[in-house]
Amino acid sequence: MRILPAGEHALLVELPTGEAARALHAELLRRRAANELPGTGEIVPAARTVLIDDVRDPAALARRLATWEVPPVPASTGRDVTLRVRYDGPDLADVAALWGVGPEDVAEIHAAGVYRVAFCGFAPGFGYLTGLPERYAVPRRATPRTRVPPGSVALADAWTGVYPGASPGGWQLIGTTDAVLWDTGREPAALLAPGTRVRFVPETPA
Amino acid sequence: MSDRSLTVLRAGALTTVQDLGRAGYAHLGVPRSGALDPPAHRLANRLVGNPPHAATLETTLTGCALRPHGPVTAAVTGAPCPVAVDGRPAPWGTAFRVPAGAVLDIGRATAGVRAYLAIGGGIAVGAVLGSRSADLLSGLGPPPLTDGAVLPLGPGGPPPAPADAVPQPGPPAELALRLRPGPRDDWFAPNALATLARGRYRVSPESNRVGLRTQGPALKRARHDELPSEGLVLGAVQVPPNGLPLVFLADHPTTGGYPVIGVVPASDLPAAAQAPPGTPLRFVPLGRRCRAR
Repeated sequence: MRILPAGEHALLVELPTGEAARALHAELLRRRAANELPGTGEIVPAARTVLIDDVRDPAALARRLATWEVPPVPASTGRDVTLRVRYDGPDLADVAALWGVGPEDVAEIHAAGVYRVAFCGFAPGFGYLTGLPERYAVPRRATPRTRVPPGSVALADAWTGVYPGASPGGWQLIGTTDAVLWDTGREPAALLAPGTRVRFVPETPA
Repeated sequence: MSDRSLTVLRAGALTTVQDLGRAGYAHLGVPRSGALDPPAHRLANRLVGNPPHAATLETTLTGCALRPHGPVTAAVTGAPCPVAVDGRPAPWGTAFRVPAGAVLDIGRATAGVRAYLAIGGGIAVGAVLGSRSADLLSGLGPPPLTDGAVLPLGPGGPPPAPADAVPQPGPPAELALRLRPGPRDDWFAPNALATLARGRYRVSPESNRVGLRTQGPALKRARHDELPSEGLVLGAVQVPPNGLPLVFLADHPTTGGYPVIGVVPASDLPAAAQAPPGTPLRFVPLGRRCRAR
Protein backbone atom coordinates (compact mmCIF):
# COMPACT_ATOMS: atom_id res chain seq x y z
CA MET A 1 0.00 0.00 0.00
CA ARG A 2 1.35 3.42 -0.98
CA ILE A 3 -0.33 6.51 0.40
CA LEU A 4 0.03 9.50 -1.92
CA PRO A 5 -0.85 13.11 -1.10
CA ALA A 6 -3.73 14.59 -3.11
CA GLY A 7 -4.00 18.16 -1.89
CA GLU A 8 -4.82 19.50 1.56
CA HIS A 9 -7.78 17.27 2.30
CA ALA A 10 -7.37 13.99 0.45
CA LEU A 11 -5.28 10.83 0.26
CA LEU A 12 -4.84 8.60 -2.75
CA VAL A 13 -4.12 5.06 -1.63
CA GLU A 14 -2.41 2.95 -4.27
CA LEU A 15 -2.66 -0.83 -4.08
CA PRO A 16 -0.63 -3.48 -5.90
CA THR A 17 -3.68 -5.00 -7.64
CA GLY A 18 -7.24 -4.13 -8.52
CA GLU A 19 -8.40 -6.88 -6.18
CA ALA A 20 -6.50 -5.24 -3.29
CA ALA A 21 -8.08 -1.88 -4.16
CA ARG A 22 -11.55 -3.45 -4.02
CA ALA A 23 -10.69 -5.06 -0.68
CA LEU A 24 -9.56 -1.73 0.79
CA HIS A 25 -12.68 -0.03 -0.58
CA ALA A 26 -14.90 -2.66 1.08
CA GLU A 27 -12.98 -2.26 4.34
CA LEU A 28 -13.33 1.55 4.23
CA LEU A 29 -17.09 1.23 3.69
CA ARG A 30 -17.36 -1.31 6.51
CA ARG A 31 -15.49 0.98 8.90
CA ARG A 32 -17.47 4.02 7.83
CA ALA A 33 -20.75 2.15 8.41
CA ALA A 34 -19.43 1.20 11.88
CA ASN A 35 -18.69 4.88 12.62
CA GLU A 36 -14.96 4.18 12.75
CA LEU A 37 -14.06 6.75 10.09
CA PRO A 38 -15.14 10.13 11.42
CA GLY A 39 -14.04 13.19 9.49
CA THR A 40 -13.96 11.63 6.04
CA GLY A 41 -16.07 12.44 2.98
CA GLU A 42 -16.10 10.93 -0.50
CA ILE A 43 -14.53 7.47 -0.96
CA VAL A 44 -13.81 6.89 -4.64
CA PRO A 45 -12.48 3.50 -5.73
CA ALA A 46 -10.75 3.19 -9.11
CA ALA A 47 -8.71 0.64 -11.02
CA ARG A 48 -5.76 0.36 -8.57
CA THR A 49 -6.48 3.09 -6.07
CA VAL A 50 -8.95 4.39 -3.53
CA LEU A 51 -9.30 8.16 -3.12
CA ILE A 52 -10.40 9.36 0.30
CA ASP A 53 -11.52 12.98 -0.04
CA ASP A 54 -12.70 15.70 2.37
CA VAL A 55 -10.54 14.29 5.17
CA ARG A 56 -10.25 16.43 8.29
CA ASP A 57 -6.77 15.16 9.24
CA PRO A 58 -5.13 13.36 6.30
CA ALA A 59 -1.82 12.76 8.12
CA ALA A 60 -3.57 11.04 11.03
CA LEU A 61 -5.65 8.91 8.66
CA ALA A 62 -2.50 7.97 6.71
CA ARG A 63 -0.86 6.76 9.92
CA ARG A 64 -3.92 4.69 10.83
CA LEU A 65 -4.31 3.19 7.35
CA ALA A 66 -0.74 1.90 7.43
CA THR A 67 -1.58 -0.23 10.46
CA TRP A 68 -4.73 -1.85 9.04
CA GLU A 69 -5.11 -5.52 8.27
CA VAL A 70 -7.37 -5.49 5.20
CA PRO A 71 -9.24 -8.77 4.68
CA PRO A 72 -9.82 -10.00 1.11
CA VAL A 73 -13.02 -8.79 -0.60
CA PRO A 74 -15.82 -10.55 1.26
CA ALA A 75 -17.90 -12.59 -1.18
CA SER A 76 -21.16 -11.67 0.48
CA THR A 77 -21.03 -7.86 0.33
CA GLY A 78 -22.67 -5.74 -2.32
CA ARG A 79 -26.00 -5.99 -4.08
CA ASP A 80 -26.76 -8.56 -6.77
CA VAL A 81 -28.09 -7.36 -10.09
CA THR A 82 -29.12 -9.49 -13.06
CA LEU A 83 -29.14 -7.85 -16.48
CA ARG A 84 -31.00 -9.47 -19.37
CA VAL A 85 -29.06 -8.84 -22.55
CA ARG A 86 -29.80 -9.19 -26.26
CA TYR A 87 -26.42 -10.03 -27.74
CA ASP A 88 -27.02 -8.02 -30.90
CA GLY A 89 -24.32 -5.33 -30.75
CA PRO A 90 -22.74 -3.94 -33.94
CA ASP A 91 -19.28 -5.11 -32.83
CA LEU A 92 -20.30 -8.69 -32.06
CA ALA A 93 -18.58 -10.11 -35.15
CA ASP A 94 -15.37 -8.12 -34.48
CA VAL A 95 -15.25 -9.31 -30.87
CA ALA A 96 -15.89 -12.91 -31.96
CA ALA A 97 -13.00 -12.63 -34.42
CA LEU A 98 -10.70 -11.21 -31.71
CA TRP A 99 -11.66 -14.08 -29.43
CA GLY A 100 -11.31 -16.64 -32.24
CA VAL A 101 -14.86 -17.94 -31.84
CA GLY A 102 -18.12 -17.72 -33.75
CA PRO A 103 -20.44 -14.74 -33.13
CA GLU A 104 -22.98 -17.08 -31.52
CA ASP A 105 -20.39 -18.02 -28.86
CA VAL A 106 -19.88 -14.46 -27.60
CA ALA A 107 -23.07 -14.46 -25.52
CA GLU A 108 -22.18 -17.73 -23.84
CA ILE A 109 -18.62 -16.62 -23.00
CA HIS A 110 -19.68 -13.19 -21.76
CA ALA A 111 -22.65 -14.43 -19.74
CA ALA A 112 -20.54 -17.11 -18.04
CA GLY A 113 -18.60 -14.48 -16.08
CA VAL A 114 -19.36 -13.33 -12.55
CA TYR A 115 -18.84 -9.58 -12.56
CA ARG A 116 -18.30 -6.97 -9.92
CA VAL A 117 -18.45 -3.17 -10.25
CA ALA A 118 -14.89 -2.06 -9.49
CA PHE A 119 -15.57 1.66 -9.86
CA CYS A 120 -17.68 4.24 -11.66
CA GLY A 121 -16.68 7.12 -13.87
CA PHE A 122 -17.01 8.51 -17.39
CA ALA A 123 -20.69 9.31 -16.79
CA PRO A 124 -23.01 9.05 -13.77
CA GLY A 125 -23.89 5.40 -13.28
CA PHE A 126 -21.30 4.00 -15.71
CA GLY A 127 -19.68 1.10 -13.86
CA TYR A 128 -16.38 -0.56 -14.77
CA LEU A 129 -17.02 -4.27 -14.26
CA THR A 130 -14.26 -6.80 -13.61
CA GLY A 131 -14.72 -10.51 -14.14
CA LEU A 132 -14.01 -11.10 -17.82
CA PRO A 133 -10.99 -13.40 -18.03
CA GLU A 134 -7.86 -11.53 -19.15
CA ARG A 135 -7.56 -13.68 -22.29
CA TYR A 136 -10.76 -12.05 -23.60
CA ALA A 137 -9.39 -8.51 -23.32
CA VAL A 138 -10.17 -6.47 -26.46
CA PRO A 139 -8.86 -3.10 -27.69
CA ARG A 140 -11.06 -0.02 -27.86
CA ARG A 141 -12.40 0.82 -31.31
CA ALA A 142 -9.93 2.73 -33.49
CA THR A 143 -12.62 5.36 -34.17
CA PRO A 144 -14.98 6.06 -31.27
CA ARG A 145 -18.68 6.30 -32.09
CA THR A 146 -20.21 9.76 -31.74
CA ARG A 147 -23.35 8.23 -30.24
CA VAL A 148 -23.67 4.97 -28.36
CA PRO A 149 -27.31 4.10 -27.56
CA PRO A 150 -28.33 3.82 -23.88
CA GLY A 151 -28.25 0.29 -22.52
CA SER A 152 -25.39 -0.80 -24.79
CA VAL A 153 -23.36 -3.60 -23.23
CA ALA A 154 -19.74 -3.01 -24.12
CA LEU A 155 -16.19 -4.28 -23.72
CA ALA A 156 -12.80 -2.57 -23.54
CA ASP A 157 -9.61 -4.26 -22.37
CA ALA A 158 -10.91 -6.80 -19.84
CA TRP A 159 -13.60 -4.39 -18.60
CA THR A 160 -17.31 -4.70 -19.24
CA GLY A 161 -19.63 -1.71 -18.99
CA VAL A 162 -23.18 -0.66 -19.81
CA TYR A 163 -23.80 2.86 -21.16
CA PRO A 164 -26.42 4.52 -18.89
CA GLY A 165 -27.39 7.19 -21.43
CA ALA A 166 -26.63 8.13 -25.01
CA SER A 167 -23.03 9.34 -25.24
CA PRO A 168 -19.97 9.15 -27.44
CA GLY A 169 -17.94 6.03 -26.77
CA GLY A 170 -15.10 3.87 -28.00
CA TRP A 171 -15.92 0.54 -26.40
CA GLN A 172 -16.88 -2.54 -28.47
CA LEU A 173 -20.66 -2.97 -28.39
CA ILE A 174 -21.83 -6.57 -28.03
CA GLY A 175 -25.40 -6.25 -26.82
CA THR A 176 -28.29 -4.27 -25.39
CA THR A 177 -30.19 -4.32 -22.12
CA ASP A 178 -33.52 -2.64 -21.31
CA ALA A 179 -32.47 -2.14 -17.67
CA VAL A 180 -32.43 1.50 -16.49
CA LEU A 181 -28.86 2.04 -15.34
CA TRP A 182 -29.29 5.59 -14.01
CA ASP A 183 -32.43 7.34 -12.76
CA THR A 184 -32.11 10.33 -10.45
CA GLY A 185 -35.77 9.87 -9.47
CA ARG A 186 -34.95 6.44 -8.02
CA GLU A 187 -33.18 5.44 -4.82
CA PRO A 188 -30.48 4.44 -5.47
CA ALA A 189 -30.04 6.41 -8.70
CA ALA A 190 -27.28 4.09 -9.94
CA LEU A 191 -28.19 0.47 -10.60
CA LEU A 192 -24.48 -0.37 -10.63
CA ALA A 193 -22.56 1.12 -7.68
CA PRO A 194 -19.05 0.03 -6.70
CA GLY A 195 -19.22 -3.43 -5.11
CA THR A 196 -22.40 -4.50 -6.93
CA ARG A 197 -22.23 -8.06 -8.34
CA VAL A 198 -23.63 -8.41 -11.83
CA ARG A 199 -24.80 -11.40 -13.85
CA PHE A 200 -25.63 -11.14 -17.54
CA VAL A 201 -28.39 -13.43 -18.82
CA PRO A 202 -28.83 -13.84 -22.58
CA GLU A 203 -32.33 -13.02 -23.73
CA THR A 204 -33.49 -15.51 -26.31
CA PRO A 205 -34.95 -13.85 -29.40
CA ALA A 206 -38.74 -14.08 -29.46
CA MET B 1 -47.67 32.29 -14.83
CA SER B 2 -46.87 32.47 -11.15
CA ASP B 3 -46.01 35.71 -9.45
CA ARG B 4 -43.00 33.84 -8.08
CA SER B 5 -41.27 33.22 -11.39
CA LEU B 6 -39.19 35.05 -13.94
CA THR B 7 -38.79 34.92 -17.69
CA VAL B 8 -35.37 34.83 -19.33
CA LEU B 9 -35.21 37.64 -21.92
CA ARG B 10 -31.50 37.27 -22.78
CA ALA B 11 -29.72 34.14 -21.60
CA GLY B 12 -26.21 35.47 -22.31
CA ALA B 13 -23.19 33.38 -23.33
CA LEU B 14 -23.71 30.82 -20.57
CA THR B 15 -25.95 31.34 -17.56
CA THR B 16 -26.58 28.42 -15.24
CA VAL B 17 -28.42 27.77 -11.99
CA GLN B 18 -25.90 27.03 -9.22
CA ASP B 19 -25.88 26.30 -5.51
CA LEU B 20 -23.18 24.69 -3.36
CA GLY B 21 -23.23 21.46 -5.41
CA ARG B 22 -24.03 17.80 -4.85
CA ALA B 23 -21.50 16.22 -2.52
CA GLY B 24 -21.40 12.52 -1.78
CA TYR B 25 -21.88 10.95 -5.22
CA ALA B 26 -18.33 11.01 -6.63
CA HIS B 27 -18.14 7.19 -6.33
CA LEU B 28 -21.04 6.99 -8.82
CA GLY B 29 -19.29 9.27 -11.32
CA VAL B 30 -21.27 12.39 -10.34
CA PRO B 31 -19.25 15.64 -10.19
CA ARG B 32 -19.67 17.95 -7.20
CA SER B 33 -20.56 20.92 -9.45
CA GLY B 34 -21.81 24.10 -7.71
CA ALA B 35 -20.91 27.78 -8.05
CA LEU B 36 -17.37 28.28 -9.41
CA ASP B 37 -16.92 31.32 -7.15
CA PRO B 38 -18.54 30.17 -3.88
CA PRO B 39 -17.72 33.34 -1.88
CA ALA B 40 -19.51 35.50 -4.49
CA HIS B 41 -22.46 33.07 -4.52
CA ARG B 42 -22.72 33.15 -0.71
CA LEU B 43 -22.45 36.93 -0.60
CA ALA B 44 -25.22 37.41 -3.18
CA ASN B 45 -27.48 35.15 -1.13
CA ARG B 46 -26.60 36.95 2.09
CA LEU B 47 -27.44 40.34 0.56
CA VAL B 48 -30.97 39.25 -0.34
CA GLY B 49 -31.55 37.33 2.91
CA ASN B 50 -31.25 33.79 1.46
CA PRO B 51 -29.50 30.84 3.12
CA PRO B 52 -26.08 30.03 1.55
CA HIS B 53 -27.37 26.95 -0.28
CA ALA B 54 -30.15 28.83 -2.13
CA ALA B 55 -29.69 28.66 -5.91
CA THR B 56 -28.35 31.71 -7.75
CA LEU B 57 -27.68 32.39 -11.42
CA GLU B 58 -24.06 32.22 -12.55
CA THR B 59 -23.43 34.28 -15.71
CA THR B 60 -20.40 34.10 -18.00
CA LEU B 61 -18.85 37.31 -19.40
CA THR B 62 -21.96 38.68 -21.11
CA GLY B 63 -24.48 38.68 -18.25
CA CYS B 64 -28.20 38.09 -18.87
CA ALA B 65 -31.58 39.84 -18.75
CA LEU B 66 -34.70 38.69 -16.90
CA ARG B 67 -38.24 39.80 -16.17
CA PRO B 68 -39.61 38.82 -12.74
CA HIS B 69 -43.42 38.49 -12.69
CA GLY B 70 -43.73 39.73 -9.13
CA PRO B 71 -41.63 42.22 -7.16
CA VAL B 72 -38.31 40.72 -6.01
CA THR B 73 -35.19 41.62 -4.06
CA ALA B 74 -32.02 41.03 -6.09
CA ALA B 75 -28.25 41.35 -5.67
CA VAL B 76 -25.37 40.92 -8.13
CA THR B 77 -21.85 39.96 -7.02
CA GLY B 78 -18.76 38.31 -8.51
CA ALA B 79 -17.52 39.88 -11.73
CA PRO B 80 -18.10 43.67 -11.70
CA CYS B 81 -20.68 44.62 -14.34
CA PRO B 82 -23.30 47.27 -15.07
CA VAL B 83 -26.74 46.45 -13.65
CA ALA B 84 -29.96 48.12 -14.83
CA VAL B 85 -33.67 47.94 -14.01
CA ASP B 86 -35.86 49.10 -16.91
CA GLY B 87 -32.82 50.89 -18.30
CA ARG B 88 -31.96 52.80 -15.11
CA PRO B 89 -28.69 52.00 -13.33
CA ALA B 90 -29.04 49.73 -10.31
CA PRO B 91 -26.34 48.94 -7.74
CA TRP B 92 -23.81 46.13 -7.97
CA GLY B 93 -22.78 44.38 -4.75
CA THR B 94 -25.80 45.42 -2.71
CA ALA B 95 -29.48 44.45 -2.61
CA PHE B 96 -32.12 46.34 -4.59
CA ARG B 97 -35.81 45.93 -5.43
CA VAL B 98 -37.10 45.04 -8.88
CA PRO B 99 -40.79 45.86 -9.49
CA ALA B 100 -43.09 43.26 -11.03
CA GLY B 101 -42.65 43.12 -14.80
CA ALA B 102 -39.50 45.26 -14.92
CA VAL B 103 -36.47 44.21 -16.97
CA LEU B 104 -33.44 43.34 -14.85
CA ASP B 105 -30.34 43.52 -17.06
CA ILE B 106 -26.92 42.30 -15.98
CA GLY B 107 -24.42 43.69 -18.46
CA ARG B 108 -21.11 42.50 -19.79
CA ALA B 109 -18.46 42.00 -17.10
CA THR B 110 -16.04 44.93 -16.97
CA ALA B 111 -13.54 42.66 -15.20
CA GLY B 112 -13.63 39.01 -14.20
CA VAL B 113 -15.84 36.37 -15.82
CA ARG B 114 -18.73 35.20 -13.63
CA ALA B 115 -21.39 37.32 -11.98
CA TYR B 116 -23.85 35.89 -9.46
CA LEU B 117 -27.45 37.03 -9.31
CA ALA B 118 -29.36 36.11 -6.17
CA ILE B 119 -33.12 36.68 -5.96
CA GLY B 120 -34.92 36.65 -2.62
CA GLY B 121 -36.37 33.14 -2.18
CA GLY B 122 -33.80 31.60 -4.54
CA ILE B 123 -34.21 29.98 -7.96
CA ALA B 124 -36.58 27.12 -7.15
CA VAL B 125 -36.00 24.60 -9.96
CA GLY B 126 -36.27 20.98 -8.81
CA ALA B 127 -33.26 19.54 -7.01
CA VAL B 128 -31.44 16.52 -8.45
CA LEU B 129 -29.57 14.42 -5.87
CA GLY B 130 -29.95 17.21 -3.35
CA SER B 131 -28.72 20.08 -5.52
CA ARG B 132 -30.12 22.54 -8.07
CA SER B 133 -26.73 23.01 -9.75
CA ALA B 134 -26.35 22.60 -13.49
CA ASP B 135 -23.52 20.13 -14.04
CA LEU B 136 -22.32 20.65 -17.59
CA LEU B 137 -20.09 17.57 -17.69
CA SER B 138 -22.78 14.98 -17.04
CA GLY B 139 -25.87 17.03 -17.82
CA LEU B 140 -27.42 16.73 -14.35
CA GLY B 141 -29.55 19.55 -13.00
CA PRO B 142 -31.34 22.28 -14.94
CA PRO B 143 -30.10 23.02 -18.47
CA PRO B 144 -28.28 26.32 -19.09
CA LEU B 145 -30.72 29.23 -19.49
CA THR B 146 -32.29 29.82 -22.90
CA ASP B 147 -34.17 32.88 -24.13
CA GLY B 148 -37.85 32.58 -23.18
CA ALA B 149 -37.34 30.04 -20.39
CA VAL B 150 -39.36 30.56 -17.22
CA LEU B 151 -37.74 29.86 -13.84
CA PRO B 152 -39.70 29.37 -10.61
CA LEU B 153 -38.69 31.37 -7.53
CA GLY B 154 -38.97 30.32 -3.90
CA PRO B 155 -41.07 32.29 -1.45
CA GLY B 156 -39.37 35.62 -0.80
CA GLY B 157 -39.25 37.08 2.67
CA PRO B 158 -39.28 40.76 3.56
CA PRO B 159 -36.38 42.74 2.09
CA PRO B 160 -33.29 42.25 4.29
CA ALA B 161 -31.85 45.09 6.28
CA PRO B 162 -29.59 47.04 3.94
CA ALA B 163 -25.93 46.10 4.20
CA ASP B 164 -23.17 48.67 4.23
CA ALA B 165 -20.27 48.15 1.84
CA VAL B 166 -19.22 44.51 1.80
CA PRO B 167 -15.69 43.50 0.85
CA GLN B 168 -15.31 41.67 -2.45
CA PRO B 169 -11.94 40.85 -3.97
CA GLY B 170 -11.46 42.30 -7.43
CA PRO B 171 -10.70 39.94 -10.29
CA PRO B 172 -6.99 39.23 -10.50
CA ALA B 173 -4.73 41.08 -12.95
CA GLU B 174 -2.43 38.10 -12.59
CA LEU B 175 -3.55 34.73 -11.29
CA ALA B 176 -1.28 33.00 -8.76
CA LEU B 177 -2.25 29.44 -7.91
CA ARG B 178 -0.52 27.62 -5.10
CA LEU B 179 0.09 23.95 -5.80
CA ARG B 180 0.73 21.03 -3.48
CA PRO B 181 2.80 18.43 -5.40
CA GLY B 182 1.34 14.94 -5.81
CA PRO B 183 -0.09 12.42 -6.19
CA ARG B 184 1.76 11.77 -9.49
CA ASP B 185 4.52 14.39 -9.57
CA ASP B 186 6.98 11.48 -9.81
CA TRP B 187 5.59 10.67 -13.28
CA PHE B 188 7.18 13.87 -14.61
CA ALA B 189 10.70 14.84 -15.60
CA PRO B 190 12.73 16.09 -12.58
CA ASN B 191 12.53 19.73 -13.74
CA ALA B 192 8.75 19.68 -14.33
CA LEU B 193 7.85 21.44 -11.07
CA ALA B 194 10.51 24.09 -11.80
CA THR B 195 9.07 24.55 -15.30
CA LEU B 196 5.64 24.93 -13.76
CA ALA B 197 6.92 27.48 -11.22
CA ARG B 198 8.96 29.56 -13.69
CA GLY B 199 6.87 29.13 -16.82
CA ARG B 200 4.88 32.03 -18.21
CA TYR B 201 1.41 30.59 -18.43
CA ARG B 202 -1.81 32.22 -19.53
CA VAL B 203 -5.45 31.25 -19.04
CA SER B 204 -6.64 29.57 -22.23
CA PRO B 205 -9.93 30.50 -23.92
CA GLU B 206 -10.74 26.77 -23.85
CA SER B 207 -11.41 27.05 -20.11
CA ASN B 208 -14.89 26.21 -18.85
CA ARG B 209 -16.70 24.96 -15.75
CA VAL B 210 -14.89 21.62 -16.03
CA GLY B 211 -11.42 23.08 -15.92
CA LEU B 212 -9.10 26.02 -16.34
CA ARG B 213 -6.92 25.21 -19.32
CA THR B 214 -3.55 26.87 -19.77
CA GLN B 215 -1.20 28.02 -22.49
CA GLY B 216 2.54 27.94 -21.78
CA PRO B 217 5.51 25.58 -21.63
CA ALA B 218 4.60 21.89 -21.86
CA LEU B 219 5.59 19.64 -18.95
CA LYS B 220 7.67 16.62 -19.86
CA ARG B 221 6.89 13.18 -18.54
CA ALA B 222 9.42 10.76 -17.07
CA ARG B 223 7.03 7.82 -17.36
CA HIS B 224 5.09 7.14 -20.51
CA ASP B 225 3.07 4.09 -19.50
CA GLU B 226 -0.69 4.24 -19.12
CA LEU B 227 -1.96 5.36 -15.75
CA PRO B 228 -5.01 3.31 -14.72
CA SER B 229 -7.98 5.61 -13.98
CA GLU B 230 -7.94 7.08 -10.48
CA GLY B 231 -10.03 9.45 -8.38
CA LEU B 232 -9.67 13.20 -8.95
CA VAL B 233 -10.11 15.96 -6.38
CA LEU B 234 -11.27 19.54 -6.94
CA GLY B 235 -8.23 21.63 -7.91
CA ALA B 236 -6.27 18.65 -9.29
CA VAL B 237 -3.77 19.79 -11.94
CA GLN B 238 -3.91 17.10 -14.58
CA VAL B 239 -1.41 16.98 -17.41
CA PRO B 240 -2.80 15.47 -20.63
CA PRO B 241 -0.52 14.27 -23.43
CA ASN B 242 -0.05 17.82 -24.79
CA GLY B 243 1.84 18.63 -21.56
CA LEU B 244 -0.29 21.69 -20.70
CA PRO B 245 -1.60 21.74 -17.12
CA LEU B 246 -5.37 21.74 -16.64
CA VAL B 247 -6.80 22.81 -13.27
CA PHE B 248 -10.02 20.95 -12.49
CA LEU B 249 -12.96 23.12 -11.39
CA ALA B 250 -16.43 22.23 -10.04
CA ASP B 251 -17.73 20.15 -12.98
CA HIS B 252 -14.60 17.98 -13.17
CA PRO B 253 -14.79 14.24 -13.89
CA THR B 254 -14.59 12.10 -10.76
CA THR B 255 -11.93 9.77 -12.17
CA GLY B 256 -9.30 10.25 -14.85
CA GLY B 257 -6.37 8.51 -16.48
CA TYR B 258 -3.77 11.28 -16.91
CA PRO B 259 -1.29 11.98 -14.13
CA VAL B 260 -1.98 14.75 -11.62
CA ILE B 261 1.22 16.69 -10.84
CA GLY B 262 -0.30 18.62 -7.94
CA VAL B 263 -3.42 20.06 -6.36
CA VAL B 264 -4.42 23.74 -6.08
CA PRO B 265 -6.07 24.51 -2.71
CA ALA B 266 -9.80 25.19 -2.98
CA SER B 267 -9.31 28.68 -1.53
CA ASP B 268 -7.39 29.70 -4.69
CA LEU B 269 -10.06 28.49 -7.10
CA PRO B 270 -12.59 31.38 -6.89
CA ALA B 271 -9.90 33.65 -8.37
CA ALA B 272 -9.28 31.04 -11.09
CA ALA B 273 -13.00 31.13 -11.93
CA GLN B 274 -12.78 34.92 -12.40
CA ALA B 275 -9.64 35.01 -14.58
CA PRO B 276 -10.54 35.81 -18.19
CA PRO B 277 -8.75 34.12 -21.10
CA GLY B 278 -5.28 35.61 -21.53
CA THR B 279 -4.76 36.39 -17.83
CA PRO B 280 -1.10 35.75 -16.88
CA LEU B 281 -0.91 32.71 -14.61
CA ARG B 282 1.77 31.66 -12.14
CA PHE B 283 1.91 28.36 -10.27
CA VAL B 284 3.50 28.51 -6.82
CA PRO B 285 4.58 25.01 -5.70
CA LEU B 286 4.37 24.63 -1.95
CA GLY B 287 7.71 23.26 -0.78
CA ARG B 288 9.10 19.88 -1.53
CA ARG B 289 6.84 16.99 -1.71
CA CYS B 290 6.70 14.88 1.41
CA ARG B 291 5.04 11.56 1.15
CA ALA B 292 2.78 10.52 3.97
CA ARG B 293 4.46 7.17 3.73
